[in-house]
Amino acid sequence: MVQAIVFLPLLGAILAGLIAIFGAHTRNPSGDAVEHHGDDHGHGAHAHTADSINEDASVIHESHHEPGDGHDDHHVSEPPAQGSRGAELITTALLFVSAALSWMTLVDVGFMHHDMRIPLLPWIQSGDLQVYWSLRVDTLTAVMLVVVTTVSSLVHLYSIGYMDEDPYRPRFFGYLSLFTFAMLMLVTADNLVQLFFGWEGVGLASYLLIGFWYQKPSANAAAIKAFVVNRVGDFGFALGIFAIFALAGSTDFETIFHAAPGLTGKTIDFLGWHADALTLTCLLLFMGAMGKSAQFLLHTWLPDAMEGPTPVSALIHAATMVTAGVFMVARLSPLFELAPNAQAVVMFFGATTAFFAATIGLVQNDIKRIVAYSTCSQLGYMFVAMGAGAYSVGMFHLFTHAFFKALLFLGSGSVIYAMHHEQDIRNMGGLWKKIPYTFAVMTVGTLALTGFPLFAGYFSKDAIIEAAYASHNPFSTYAYLLTIVAAGLTSFYSWRLVFKTFFGEPHDQEHYEAAHESPIWMLIPIGVLAVGSVLAGFPFKELFTGPHGVEEFFRESVKMNPHILEDMEHMPHLLGWLPFVMMVGGFLVSYTFYIRKPYLPVELANTQPGLYQFLLNKWYFDELYDVIFVRPAKWIGYQLWKKGDGFIIDGFGPDGISARVLDITRNVVKIQTGYLYHYAFAMLIGAAGLITWFMFGFGGQ
Amino acid sequence: MTTWPILSVTTFLPLVGALIVYLSRGDDEAAKRNSRWIALWTTLITFAVSVLLVMRFDPSNADFQFVEKANWLATGITYHMGVDGISLPLVILTTAIMPFCIIASWKAITNRVREYMMAFLILETLMIGTFSALDLVLFYLFFEGGLIPMFLIIGVWGGPRRVYASFKFFLYTLLGSVLMLLAIMALYWNGGTTDIPTLMHTAVPRSLQTWAWLAFFASFAVKMPMWPVHTWLPDAHVEAPTAGSVVLAAILLKMGGYGFLRFSLPMFPLASHDFAPLIFTMSAIAIIYTSLVALMQEDMKKLIAYSSVAHMGFVTMGIFAGTMQGVAGGVFQMISHGIVSGALFLCVGIVYDRLHTREIAAYGGLVNRMPLYALTFMVFTMANVGLPGTSGFVGEFMTLLGTFKVSIPTAFFATSGVILSACYALWLYRKVVFGALVKPSLASMKDLTLRECVTLFPLIALTILFGVYPKPVLDMSAASVQQLVNNYNTAVTAVKAAALLH
Repeated sequence: MVQAIVFLPLLGAILAGLIAIFGAHTRNPSGDAVEHHGDDHGHGAHAHTADSINEDASVIHESHHEPGDGHDDHHVSEPPAQGSRGAELITTALLFVSAALSWMTLVDVGFMHHDMRIPLLPWIQSGDLQVYWSLRVDTLTAVMLVVVTTVSSLVHLYSIGYMDEDPYRPRFFGYLSLFTFAMLMLVTADNLVQLFFGWEGVGLASYLLIGFWYQKPSANAAAIKAFVVNRVGDFGFALGIFAIFALAGSTDFETIFHAAPGLTGKTIDFLGWHADALTLTCLLLFMGAMGKSAQFLLHTWLPDAMEGPTPVSALIHAATMVTAGVFMVARLSPLFELAPNAQAVVMFFGATTAFFAATIGLVQNDIKRIVAYSTCSQLGYMFVAMGAGAYSVGMFHLFTHAFFKALLFLGSGSVIYAMHHEQDIRNMGGLWKKIPYTFAVMTVGTLALTGFPLFAGYFSKDAIIEAAYASHNPFSTYAYLLTIVAAGLTSFYSWRLVFKTFFGEPHDQEHYEAAHESPIWMLIPIGVLAVGSVLAGFPFKELFTGPHGVEEFFRESVKMNPHILEDMEHMPHLLGWLPFVMMVGGFLVSYTFYIRKPYLPVELANTQPGLYQFLLNKWYFDELYDVIFVRPAKWIGYQLWKKGDGFIIDGFGPDGISARVLDITRNVVKIQTGYLYHYAFAMLIGAAGLITWFMFGFGGQ
Repeated sequence: MTTWPILSVTTFLPLVGALIVYLSRGDDEAAKRNSRWIALWTTLITFAVSVLLVMRFDPSNADFQFVEKANWLATGITYHMGVDGISLPLVILTTAIMPFCIIASWKAITNRVREYMMAFLILETLMIGTFSALDLVLFYLFFEGGLIPMFLIIGVWGGPRRVYASFKFFLYTLLGSVLMLLAIMALYWNGGTTDIPTLMHTAVPRSLQTWAWLAFFASFAVKMPMWPVHTWLPDAHVEAPTAGSVVLAAILLKMGGYGFLRFSLPMFPLASHDFAPLIFTMSAIAIIYTSLVALMQEDMKKLIAYSSVAHMGFVTMGIFAGTMQGVAGGVFQMISHGIVSGALFLCVGIVYDRLHTREIAAYGGLVNRMPLYALTFMVFTMANVGLPGTSGFVGEFMTLLGTFKVSIPTAFFATSGVILSACYALWLYRKVVFGALVKPSLASMKDLTLRECVTLFPLIALTILFGVYPKPVLDMSAASVQQLVNNYNTAVTAVKAAALLH
């Protein structure tokens, strides 16, 4: 069953990929010559080559020749690729099967306690390094399986509607399914190397999907940025794997976890720093998590990733891939529990991100970027829970967040679709009358995100704040304060989004008039997610946050801090209301700013230009990184190339030597003038010198 | 076990093919076609014979197999051939890559086709010979002999600066080999033989170890190429014809790594141990330095050439880590790099054949016209980046893992290569393949032909197969690598123990 869950999406990806590649190939003929349009004067030498090849190529050429050969304006005018519908239906159907099986697995594993480890194939085996492809399913994995396949199947369905004008749908669905497969490999990994496979695999899929519209330079840039920034995290992750292997002699989770208690107190000499082995390892691994989950300092790729199609943002950059870092820390909880200093770092970064991303979200104007920063901030919350040792609580927020954040993204997609690909909320307004269904579900999503009582986010987010309060982490007060503040900020920017989009006066009359509700393909998934945003909370509360429920449900799959859940229950009641107060406060401010007195925000921005610009430019991280990393790397690269290779190595090496040899021979040649008197003169001088030497040399004696 | 000298047949079959090409005189189209077909069939048959080697190879045996021995020059200098788990993968790599080279040259080469094919076939014999020779003199003959056809391939069928490039290539490599010849003589005087298996079990005095190691190092470091003697490689690649680049990257570069594994580590273990920090430093510098340089390249082939130097840095680092994973990873990385970089050069060749420029700025948006090409190039770009699931990952991962145990700083700096490789490889891909197709010169670009698909798709299959299931290669080399590592560690610990006693 688990094999089916994991490999059905791969099957879908391969089939859709084949459809895409065959379709693309029939539209673009083969041939190995270019018909030069009179600009081949420079290639005279090659001209006859090209001609002789042409005869051959034209045969192949003709067999594929289509009437509409000159499709230069590529993008929208093109007819959809052949088999688009087939690819859509295959991938979507397979994903729904996979999702159904996942829910069954959750019941089977979570309640029936049928944990599984299924070996598939040997992978890398050399000496004591024994890595297998294998699937591991325990409750932690089962929860992730459900999240991934459910959101993915809904996103597949949604995309059928959302992408209906795109000519490259088979490719899109192939990528989506490929992503799902990689993500499933990640969550079912039984060793760190397979986890890394899934980790980089989702990175690849993310890269491909962000750059799906490859004709847009901004999309290409964002895709590369996402991949490279993730690679910075992976650099740490890889080193963490090496360190674990050096310490425990294995990459299998079971072996590592068994060895872990014996590793406390060991040190590693890391670049002259005698670090505690486990702390260092956990920090290196956490660096990977920071990259994938867009935590503070490595967050810059996530907002740019919004260049991808909106369903991609919902699936990858909200519900699943970005939570991989959280999952990884939960998976490695037996290690992190033994490294309190690493947990402190985790909590620090989580809290910082939660606050920092929320502040940026306050002033953004792109609907997707607001939601993206919100995602970033919510991921910070999850890491706070991880740092507190309340792994199940973090997973709870991951679980609820997947529903309401996917809902918010897909809802935003529905708005964007209605507004004909307009993403700036300043050009929207008053849309609730035009698209009431989208408005309703967006409101549900917002209520869930801001933690309105009885909605999903209420339970999970408050639990995290309680965990931050109750934990004994050195940063617990810091985390508690920042998450409380961030809760207020979240409420403000979420309602700002809703008010500016759906209320007030329409700013773009033309688009407003044309706005219409999305097709049924898109409305069903967001409806389901809206239901999920309500139901994912209370029914699961006990399983994820109750001391008893967690023990029964998660059992060995995460190693909780032994006291955190009890301590959370002993929190003072008054403080428990604080997040709610902040939420209401954020709502009221937002209501005042955007409904009652719409001139206020402008005035505020004008009176505080520095702060406003600082937030609007995202704390200037992109500029900063450009100055301290990108430019120096390019400059050094250029210098090493021209000066290092060209001047020093070649200059003193082959070129230099050959030049010196030439110099010497040239000068030797110069001496041989052929004039007798030159030779005679040289002889005379020589004779004179010799005589002098003899006279003084021997005379001295 | 074998009744016929299967290894010698594999080695000299291409030479026979070259002879046939030579005998089929003529200058017209028919003769050209004939020589192409003869060359192709020769390489295919050679490959088929080499597959027999794999089938009859006993992977659990760490010693040399298919051994052939005959008297040759003098006592102690014999014709001695044989392969073990370290050399056999490289022999197979050679025989497997050659047919692709011939097919890739099918249309790109139109003048002096006969001579070209002969050069390639002779080169193949010399390369297989290098990997299977078990006598130092024989090895030297093959090793240096390989220079001549390659020199000609670059110098005759190369680009505009071919003369400069071929001389640079020749002088660099020759300088190293002269020193190696001296070391071979020293070893002969020391042991009275040039038989490699015998020498591997002969203790070499420590001072001689140092000097001999340095002499061999000079030769192999240039071949590898290691930083800072790498500058011949970008020039050679840029000027060489496509198939020349493929052979150069896929096979000739592996001779250096093979030399380290065959000579430096087993024969001079103490010197290897002493010099390991030097190698680590040079490897780490190579990985970072050349990756940064690759970032700024304007020529597709140069970029890939610099990335080759970086990838070879992983190999040297892994080999001299002297751990099981490091050495096995080094062998695997050589095979993987042979496939991937060879394929990348083929990819460059494909667009070069169409547009006759390698300048990155001349391209852009090829995906709009060449979807198959885009797919192929993407697979190899990702393999070059070391994405798990491609063969590139396994080698990099194992060498880094093996090195981490021995030297954390080296592993640390070398791992930063994964960031930089992503930067330059994706940048190249973006500039060449992605984007809108606006340049008029590209408007009539056509996708891969059947011939080009034949050259690339098997390599895609291998890249992914070895990424997901590297067992065939790892198992083939495991026993020999294990023996090598054991001997190395025994020698090193013996000396350390002796030092403690005194």
